[in-house]
Amino acid sequence: MFFLLRTLPGDLASLKLGVDANPEALMQVRQEFGLDQSLVAQYIEWFSDAARGDLGVSMLTGADISQEILNKATVTLPLIGLASVLAILFAVPLGMYSALNFRNRRGIGVSAASQLGIAIPTFWVGVILITIFAVKFQILPSGGFPDEGWSSWANCLESLILPSTTLALGQGAILMRFARSATIDVIQQDFFRTARSTGLSRGQAIRIHGIRNAIVPVISVLGVQIATLIVGAIIVESVFSLPGIGQMLLQDVGIRDYTKVQGTVAATTAAVFFVSFLIDAIIALINPKARTSQ
Amino acid sequence: MNQNRNLFFGLIMVGFSAATALLSVLWTPYDPLEINPDVSLAKPSWSHLLGTDVLGRDVLSNLLVGSRTTLITAFLVVIITMALGVTAGISTALLPKRVGRAAIYAIDIVLALPAVLFAIVLAAIYGPSTFTAVIAIGVATSAAVAQVTRREVTVILNSDYVVAARACNSSKTRIVLRHILPNIRASLFVQASGAAAIAILAESTLSYLGLGTTPPAPSWGRMLASSQQYLIIDPIVALWPGLAIIVTVLGFNLLGDGLRESLDPTLRKSRS
Repeated sequence: MFFLLRTLPGDLASLKLGVDANPEALMQVRQEFGLDQSLVAQYIEWFSDAARGDLGVSMLTGADISQEILNKATVTLPLIGLASVLAILFAVPLGMYSALNFRNRRGIGVSAASQLGIAIPTFWVGVILITIFAVKFQILPSGGFPDEGWSSWANCLESLILPSTTLALGQGAILMRFARSATIDVIQQDFFRTARSTGLSRGQAIRIHGIRNAIVPVISVLGVQIATLIVGAIIVESVFSLPGIGQMLLQDVGIRDYTKVQGTVAATTAAVFFVSFLIDAIIALINPKARTSQ
Repeated sequence: MNQNRNLFFGLIMVGFSAATALLSVLWTPYDPLEINPDVSLAKPSWSHLLGTDVLGRDVLSNLLVGSRTTLITAFLVVIITMALGVTAGISTALLPKRVGRAAIYAIDIVLALPAVLFAIVLAAIYGPSTFTAVIAIGVATSAAVAQVTRREVTVILNSDYVVAARACNSSKTRIVLRHILPNIRASLFVQASGAAAIAILAESTLSYLGLGTTPPAPSWGRMLASSQQYLIIDPIVALWPGLAIIVTVLGFNLLGDGLRESLDPTLRKSRS
């Protein structure tokens, strides 16, 4: 992260804002943004502001960056949240199913499907889903987001169905592999055999002992995957033209709004760290073993 | 049985992509960049086997050349990834503990940084190009390689034969060349294969977002992006580049799995 943030201000100094502008105007802008100071000084000032949630203003529009990120997050966060829930909901049962049937054809079929799911590019899934549900059957919107925001929550949810499904399929395929190997691990354990020998059926034993143990690796993978999930959100927002953080970031890259790109990337990275921290805490809640091993 | 199947299909798929890429050097049905408005969005036919896009460019020719772009990008990324990752992995394992730990933190930080996000930042600074995409993807994926390599090297460093070699006054270089590299060779092939799959996905994603391969060079990601605008008229055009990406990525993933299973004897036995 340091590396990233430092390269960015480095180029801020060779300011592109007023391309071919006269030197005095350039100097003035440099002063205004503190670009005449040393790189380290700039960095420290920026960082101490950022730590207090102030990411400064956009170089081009003068808009408050933190505010804009918060605005856009009302689209991106529900998207990511919905996608994670969907991904877990279909990945865990399918992964367990394929683990319990890992010797027969159906189980292998399911795990082959997850192999395929990893190889499919997210944006392609999006395009296919649009073709089927928006173009062919016309039951869901092909993209966009209601302008009035969450006050018309039904419309919002509707416009998030396809995007979050798209995101969930790719994530779910990865989670499924981990759910599968975790379940295979569990059913080979002694405690599982003991549980079976006390008269529990296979299904009961799975419900009582299996899920709890198999879900831990899945959640920890989700923690590692949160970064990919955010990238996925950028892609999906672009496919479905959702006005979220990802789309804003791409636009800012297009118009070279450095301060805003810098702020957005910093906020995103901070979010990644925060979530992986949170996930560690959740795992400690579910799995007492993780607490002692810390 | 299982290991052969993965390896077999992986080799076929990767071989197929490589063959189409080679073919595109020698021959394509049409000039991939030739614009012909008369046949805009033509359905697949004998003259255009996979149809044409909105500008009347032959889809098959673009796919063929696109596979060349993709594989070259993947190749470059793999070279960067492996060079950086293996060097970092081995040196963090060899370095004195305190320095090594700092390096591991650095690797962890890069690991948290997704390739595409890094590429977006690079594109913001230097402008989008294949070059920035390759660098970004290569650097970002090398962290994972470094981590795995370091783990394996640490195990080897503690093994008796390395201790023996040290006792015989072998230099560090000699230990790396004679004992470490041969022992992690198998895992390196597997990781290179995985890195290729990641690289292809990331490159096509970046091209789709307009941050990778720059026009007019044909690329699968951009083909998809442009076909998306004409979904209502002709959804078929969007199908082909997607399939091409899937076959290549799946091929490299299977190849990696197959290699791992056939090169690692312990995995072979535990498989039922």
